Amino acid sequence: MNIFVLLKQVPDTETKIRIKGDKSGIETDGIKWIISPYDEFAIEEALKTKEKIKEGTVTALTLGPDRCVDALRTALAMGCDNAIHIKTDDVLDSLSTSEALAGALKQESPNLIFAGKQAIDNDQGAVFGYVSEFLDMPSASVVVKFELSDDKSSAKVERELEGGSQGVIEMPLPAMIAVDKGINSPRYASLPGIMKAKKKEIKGLSLSDLGVSADASGTTESDFELPPERAAGKIIDGEPAEAVKELVRLLREEAKVI
Amino acid sequence: MVSFNLSDEQLALQDMVRKFVENEITPKAAQYDQSGEFPTEVIKKAWELGIMNITVPEKFGGLGLGVLEDVVINEELGAGCLGMTTSIAVNTLGMYPILLGGTDDQIKEFTTPLLNEPKLIAFGLTEPGSGSDAGSMSTVAKEEGDHFIVNGSKMWITNAGPSSFITTFCTIDKSLGSKGILCLVIPSDAEGVSFGKHEDKLGQRCSDTRSITFENVKVPKSHLIGKVGEGFKIALRTLDKTRPAIAAGAVGAARAAMEHSIRYSKERKQFNQPIANFQAIQFMLADMCTQIEASRLLCYRAAYHLDNGEYQQGSFYSANAKRLAADMAMEVATNAVQIFGGYGYTKEYPVEKIMRDVKLVQIYEGTSQIQRVVIARHLLKD
Repeated sequence: MNIFVLLKQVPDTETKIRIKGDKSGIETDGIKWIISPYDEFAIEEALKTKEKIKEGTVTALTLGPDRCVDALRTALAMGCDNAIHIKTDDVLDSLSTSEALAGALKQESPNLIFAGKQAIDNDQGAVFGYVSEFLDMPSASVVVKFELSDDKSSAKVERELEGGSQGVIEMPLPAMIAVDKGINSPRYASLPGIMKAKKKEIKGLSLSDLGVSADASGTTESDFELPPERAAGKIIDGEPAEAVKELVRLLREEAKVI
Repeated sequence: MVSFNLSDEQLALQDMVRKFVENEITPKAAQYDQSGEFPTEVIKKAWELGIMNITVPEKFGGLGLGVLEDVVINEELGAGCLGMTTSIAVNTLGMYPILLGGTDDQIKEFTTPLLNEPKLIAFGLTEPGSGSDAGSMSTVAKEEGDHFIVNGSKMWITNAGPSSFITTFCTIDKSLGSKGILCLVIPSDAEGVSFGKHEDKLGQRCSDTRSITFENVKVPKSHLIGKVGEGFKIALRTLDKTRPAIAAGAVGAARAAMEHSIRYSKERKQFNQPIANFQAIQFMLADMCTQIEASRLLCYRAAYHLDNGEYQQGSFYSANAKRLAADMAMEVATNAVQIFGGYGYTKEYPVEKIMRDVKLVQIYEGTSQIQRVVIARHLLKD
C-alpha cells in the first residue's frame, strides 16, 4: 500500500499576524512555522492505517520554500517513511499548487492520499478537491472516521455534516481523504524518530520538473488587512430587574438580534 | 566567535518535549501536586517518546546522546512540573555510574531492561547520617565468596518505591573513608530490601521519595561497578554529569514562573491600569529574564564541556550552573508569588507550587553550599 500525506507548513496558531507595508501578504520575519494542525491528523491517520495493515509506506509531500523541509522532518520523526519536497519560492494559488502536487503524485502511483480538510492559513480547503480531480480519484472531505476494507480495495468514511449529523460514503481505492479534527489524536514525534529523520533523504522536485509554471496562477493575493479590532464588552450596572430591561433594549435596538 | 545555537535535531527535540509538556504535564501538575500520587502514566508516555535513558550508547541499543540533550529536555519538563521532571530524569542519575564505571557486559545487562520497558533505576547515595559528607556513609558491603552482603540504609531516594534497580553506594570498611566506597547495582526486589513510606514533602510532591533498608542483602560480585574503592569517584563523576540537567529543570521552572508573571501583570489592574505599567513590576520581570538567560547559558556551557570529555571544566561549570540556577529559580519563584500578591499565595494559581518545587533544587544533588565548595576548590587549586 502506497500511502501519501499532503502537508502545508503554516504560521503557528499563536502567531501575532502583521501585514506587509504594501499589503501583498503577511510579514514572515520571526514567524514560527508548524505543520497545519489538520495535516497532523492526516499524518496520524496515514500512520495508523499502515500500522493496522502491517505493510506499505507513508510518504509526506509538500510544496513551498526551503523552510518547508522542517515540516517534512517532523513528519519523518512522527514515523513517515519518505518525504518529497516540491521546492519553490513563488506563491502559487490553490489551482497551481494542486497541479504541482498532482504531478508529483502521478509519478508515484499512490493507493491512498490523506490531507487535512483545509490549511489554517488561507482556510480555502480547495487543494484536496483539485488534486483528486487532476488524479481522477474519488474523494471525501471533513472525514471523521476512516475504515479500510479487509481486502484493501475500498474505504468507508464518515463525514461530519451540517447540524452535527454524519454521512457515510464508500469509495474504491485509489482515493483521497481530507480529514477533520477529532478523527484521531496525533502522536508526538519521538526522540528516536527525530534522530532517524535526520538520516533520511528528502527527495527534491522543482516546478519545472513537473511542468508547472508559477506564472500560470490565475489568481493573485492583494490588499491584506487585519480584521477590525473588537470593541470592548459592555457591562450593564444597576439592579437586576432594571439591568435586564436595559439588556433587552440593547439587544433589540443596538445589536438587533431580537 | 561562540555559537549558542542548538542543532536542528535539538530544536526538534525541544519542540516535541514542549508540546508533550503542554498537553500531558502542565494540565495535570496541580492535581498530582495535591494528591502526591506517583505519575506512572506520564512517565510511561515520556519513556515512549524516548526522552528517558538517552545517554545509553548506540552500541547498547540507546541513542548515544549527551548532557546537552538532557539539558534541553529537562528545561522543557521543568516548565511543566519539577516533581515529574525529577522522577523522569532520575534514570539518567541511576545509570550514569554504570555507564561511567561498568564493563560492556554490565552496561548491556542493566540498561537493556530500561530501554525495553518503562522501568526505573534509582540512585542510592545519601543516608540518614550522611548527606553533604557522602564519604562518611555507613551502609556496609561485606565480601563473602562470590557475593557481597549489604547492610544499612539510604535516605531521600527518588523513585525508590517504583524502581527495578538501585545503584547503591556502600563502604567496605568505614575507617577507609571515601577510599573504601564501592558501587553495587541492587535489584529492588532482592531479598532483604525494604522501603520506607512515600515522604510527604513541601514540593515536588508527586516524585517518589523514600528511605531504603538493606538487611543481609546478597548481591553477586558481577553487580560491582568498577573496583572496590572507586565508588566515591564514580559518584562524583556521575553528579558532575547530571547537575547541568538538574539546573536546567530549575531554569524551566523559573521560566514558567516568569511567563505566569508576565501574563498576570498585564491582566491585573490596580490604580486604574495593568500593574505591568509599573516599574516596580517591570524591574522584577526584567531581573527574572536576565537571571534565567544567564543560568541557561551556564547549563549549556557545562554540558558542552562534559560532552567533549573535558571533566575538569565540566565539573567546574556544572557546579556553577547548579548553584546559580537553583538559587536563581528560588528568587524568581518568590518574586512571582510577590507579583501575584494574595492570589499567588493560594493554590488557585500555579506560582506557589513552583516556589515549593524549586526549593528542593537548592538541596538535592548537592546543596547550593556544596556547589560553592566545589567551585572554591577549583579556584584555590595550586
